[in-house]
Amino acid sequence: MNRQFGRRTLLRGLAGGAAVTVGVPLLDCFLNTNGTALAAGGRMPVRFGTWFWGCGMTPDRWVPKTLGANYDIPVELKPIEPFKQQVTVLSGFQALLDGRSNFPHSSGNISVRTGSAPDKADEVKAPTIDILVGDVMGTDTRFRSLEMTATGDPKHSYSKRSANVTNPSEVSPLALYTRIFGPEFQDPNAADFKPDPRIMLRQSVLSAIKDHRDRFEKNLGAADRARLDQYFTSVRQIEQQLQLQLQKPPPAEACLLPKAPPETPVGTDIEMAIRNHKMMAELLAMALACNQTKVFNVVFSDSASNLRRSGSSTTHHSLTHEEQIDPKLGYQPQATWFVERSMEAWGTFLEVMTSIREGDGTLLDNTMVFAQSDTQLAKTHSIAGIPIMIAGKAGGKVKTGIHIAGNGDPISRVGLTVQQIMGVSIDRWGSGSMLTSKSIPELSA
Amino acid sequence: MIRHGIRIAAAVGLLALTACGPDEPASSGGPPSVRRMTEAQYRQTVADIFGPDVKVTGRFEPGMRTSGLLAVGAGRVTVTPSGFEQYEAMGRGIAAQALDEKHRDRLMPCKPASPTAPDDGCAAQFLGKFGRLLFHRPLLTDELRDQVSVASKAAQTLGDFYAGLQFGLAGLLAAPEFVFREEDFEPDPAHAGQFRLTAYAKAQRLSFLLWNTSPDDELLSAAARGDLDTRKGLAMQADRMLASPRLKDGVRAFFTDMLGFDAFDDLAKDSVIYPKFSLKVANEAREQSLLTITDLLIDRHGDYRDLFTTRKTFLSRPLGMLYRLPVATRTGFEPHEFAEGDPRAGLLSEISFLALHSHPGRSSPTLRGKAVRELILCETVPAPPANVNFSIVQDTSNPQFKTARDRLTAHRTNPTCAGCHKIIDPIGLGLEAFDGAGQYRANENGAPIDTSGEIDGIAFKNAASLGKALHDDPATPACLVTDIYRYAAGRDPTPGEKDWMAYLRQRFAAGGYRLPELLRLIAISDDFYKVSLPTGLSEPVKEATR
Repeated sequence: MNRQFGRRTLLRGLAGGAAVTVGVPLLDCFLNTNGTALAAGGRMPVRFGTWFWGCGMTPDRWVPKTLGANYDIPVELKPIEPFKQQVTVLSGFQALLDGRSNFPHSSGNISVRTGSAPDKADEVKAPTIDILVGDVMGTDTRFRSLEMTATGDPKHSYSKRSANVTNPSEVSPLALYTRIFGPEFQDPNAADFKPDPRIMLRQSVLSAIKDHRDRFEKNLGAADRARLDQYFTSVRQIEQQLQLQLQKPPPAEACLLPKAPPETPVGTDIEMAIRNHKMMAELLAMALACNQTKVFNVVFSDSASNLRRSGSSTTHHSLTHEEQIDPKLGYQPQATWFVERSMEAWGTFLEVMTSIREGDGTLLDNTMVFAQSDTQLAKTHSIAGIPIMIAGKAGGKVKTGIHIAGNGDPISRVGLTVQQIMGVSIDRWGSGSMLTSKSIPELSA
Repeated sequence: MIRHGIRIAAAVGLLALTACGPDEPASSGGPPSVRRMTEAQYRQTVADIFGPDVKVTGRFEPGMRTSGLLAVGAGRVTVTPSGFEQYEAMGRGIAAQALDEKHRDRLMPCKPASPTAPDDGCAAQFLGKFGRLLFHRPLLTDELRDQVSVASKAAQTLGDFYAGLQFGLAGLLAAPEFVFREEDFEPDPAHAGQFRLTAYAKAQRLSFLLWNTSPDDELLSAAARGDLDTRKGLAMQADRMLASPRLKDGVRAFFTDMLGFDAFDDLAKDSVIYPKFSLKVANEAREQSLLTITDLLIDRHGDYRDLFTTRKTFLSRPLGMLYRLPVATRTGFEPHEFAEGDPRAGLLSEISFLALHSHPGRSSPTLRGKAVRELILCETVPAPPANVNFSIVQDTSNPQFKTARDRLTAHRTNPTCAGCHKIIDPIGLGLEAFDGAGQYRANENGAPIDTSGEIDGIAFKNAASLGKALHDDPATPACLVTDIYRYAAGRDPTPGEKDWMAYLRQRFAAGGYRLPELLRLIAISDDFYKVSLPTGLSEPVKEATR
C-alpha cells in the first residue's frame, strides 16, 4: 500500500513549503491500512467525505469578494461564518463539456466528481472521487464508506464506481443507527474483547461462495462478467469487514455509543430533510469518532433539488426555473430561500463535526469534507463556477480559511488536488479539456 | 378465484389448437441475461419457499430503469459492498427464522441424530432440498458438499445442529446463484450451430414471467424430466401456470414495472394543498389500478385496449374521498362503474396515473403527456435543453395566464421548446380536469378548463375521448407486446427477432388483444428460448446443470 503514497506527493508536500514538518502529518498515509498501528502510535485517523446540495447558489450573494485568507462572508455563506477558519471556498472553476450538451443537473455534478463530462444524461465514465480516495484509505474500517441522504430516496447518491454501481444512501436515521451501532457494533473502548466465533463462521460462508466463482462466470459475456466481478469484490469487502471484527478494535477516545434516534418520517419536505440531516450527521460523526468508517457521502438535497416547503405547490428545482426575479432584490426570493436553508444545513454539519473533540482539536480537524452542488445558478443550469467548499484540515494536510478563485480553470483541478492530498497516487486526472495535471498548490498545507 | 382460473384454462386450451404452428417465423434469439432479482421477486420467493410468515428485513439496492423497465435494468445492475452487506444479513435473518423451533419441523425433511452435533446426512438432505428451490436447479455435488461442510463446522463450533445449519442456508441465500438469475444455455439439438436455454433456465423464465417468483417444485421436476424441451410438456406447464390465480401476481408485477408504479413508494403530495391525499391513498390508488387491470385482462379476459376506455373500476373508502363518491364497503375495495358521461373513463383518468405524473402541489400536462408517450406508446421524449427560462410559463399568479393551457401556449411559441412540447402538452391538457392529486375540477384560478386536444392528428375533447384515441392507436397494443417481451427476456428485442416481434403483434391483434394469450404465445414458443452466444464467447464452456 505504500505505493499509493507516491514520492511525488511527498515532494510536493515539501515544495508546497507550508510550515509543517513532513513526517508527522503525512504518517497516517503510510500506515493507513493498519488501524491498530495508528492507534498504538496515538495518531488520529484521517477521514474524507463529501457533502452535497442541489441547485447551487446565487453568485452575487454567495461568492466572497476578496480572495485568500480572511475572505468576506456574503449573505448566502452566513451560516459558515463561525467555521470560516476551517473552510476554504473555491469559486469560478469550470466544468468543460467540449461541445457536449449540458445535461441539466447531471453534467456539472458528474464533471466535478469524476473529471469527465457525460455524453448522455447520468452517464458516469469514471469513478467518483470518494471511491478513488476510499480505495486508498477506506480499507481498514468496518465500513468502507457510509452514504446517507436527507431526502428519503436511496437513489439520491453520487458515490458511483460506474453508472450501474451506485452506493445507495441510507434514508432513515434509525436504519443508519442500527447498521452502525446495532448488535454488531464493537465498542472500541470496551475493557474486554472476545472474538465472536460466529464471525469466523460467517467468513467460512463467504469463502464457500467465492469458491464457485469461476463456474458462475464461465458462460458470461464481458459486460455481465464485470458485473459479477463487482459482486465478488463486494463479497471480499465484507470478508475484510468481518476480519476487522475479529481483532480488538483500537481505543477511540471520542467514541461514545449514541442513543438510538426515534423513527422519523422521511421525504422531500424541507423541514423533514433538515431534521433527518442533523440526526444523520450526528450519527455519522460518532461513527467516524468510533473508527467505523473513514469515508462518507452525505446528500442534503438531490441534484435538481426536489425539496419543497409544506403548503407550496412547487419544489426548489421548479422555483429556480419558474419564479420571477424580484426586480428590487435582483434574485428569485423563494428559490434563494432554499439556498439559504441548504447553507444552514451545511453549517449544522460543520457544527456537529466540530463538536466532537479529538486530541488537541476536533473531529473536523482530522477530516476533509468536500462540499459541492450540481450547478452555479440553477435558473440557467450554469456550470461555470459550481460552488465547492473544502472543510477540515485532514490532520494538517489542508489549508483552510481561504478563498481560491478558479478564473475559468477546469474544475477537475479541485478533484485532482483533493485526491493527492488524501494520498491517491496520481499526477493527472480527468478527460478531454478537463484532463489536468495542475493541482492547486494553495490548497495544500 | 378458482372459477376464473377454469375459465382462462378453457380459453387458452382452445387457443392451443392453433397456436405455435409452423407459421412462427425464425428468430435469432438474443444473448442470455443475468438479472439481479428484484425486491418483489426476492420477497415472493422467500415467502413461497419458507412460508409467508418468514420476514425479510433489510434494504434492497435501488433498481435501474433501462428501456423503460426495471426488468431490463435488472440485467445491468450489480451488487455494491453495502448491497451485499444487506444480502448477507437478510440471508442470516431468513435462515434463523426458517430453522427456529416454530418452523423447523415443517421445513426439515429429516431429524438429526442429535440436536447438539453435526449430522452431515441430514444437513445434506435439507440443503439439497432448499438449494434446488433457491438456485432453480439441483445443487452440483461440490456446491452441496461445501455448504454441508460449512454447516457441519458451525454445528461443531456452536454445539447445535440447527444453529449450524443456518450458516449453510445463509450461504445459499447470499450466493450469486440466488441473488442473480443466470440463464444457462446449451446447443440446440434441433438446429446445429444454434443454442437454446437449458430446461432449468426455461423454467426460470416461465416462472418469473407468469408468477414473478422462482419455479416451484412441479416446474423444476418437469424441467428435470425433459418435459420443457417438448412442445407438449412446455404447453402443459404454461397452461397450468396461466390457469393459476398466481398469474395475477405476474401480471401485477409487469404493469407495476411498465407503469412505473414503484414511484408510489416515495410519492408525496403537499398536505396543505391536497389534505385528502395521504400515503394510504397513494397505496390504494395503485391498488385500484392494478385491480382494474387484472379484472379486465384476467377475470373478464378482456381486450387490452379497453383498459383506456373502461368505466369499470374498484374503489375504497379513502379513495372515495378523492373521487367524491360514497363507498359502502368499510375496508377494502368494491367494484364501481363510472356513469356514461362521467369525466372519468380508462386508466389515465384514475388517480394513480394522474397523481403520479404531477408535481407535489399541482398538475402537470407536460409530465402526463410525456408519460403517455413513453409508457403507453413506447416513444422517447428528449430531455429539455439546459438554458430554459420557464418563468413566464409557470407563473400561476400572472392574471393573463390563468390556466395551464394559457401558460403552456406561451411555452409552445418558444421555438426551442416547441418541438417537444407540441407533441406532449396537448395530450396532458386533455387530463387537466384533474388536479395534482387526481381530483376533478372544472376551473383553474376561476377560469374554465378546456380539455380538448389532439394526439398524432386525432382530435379529442376530454379524458374519455383521449382514452378512445389511445384505444384506437395501433401503437398502444404494439407497445405492450414490445414491453412484455422486454420484460420476459430482460433485454430489448434484437434485430434478428424483428420478424418474430411482428408475428407476436399480428397474433395479439388477431386474437382480440387478450393478454393471457399473448403470454402463452411467448411462453410456449421456441423463439423465446433461443439464445445467441454472449459477446466474447465462441461456445458455451460451462457443463450443463441437468
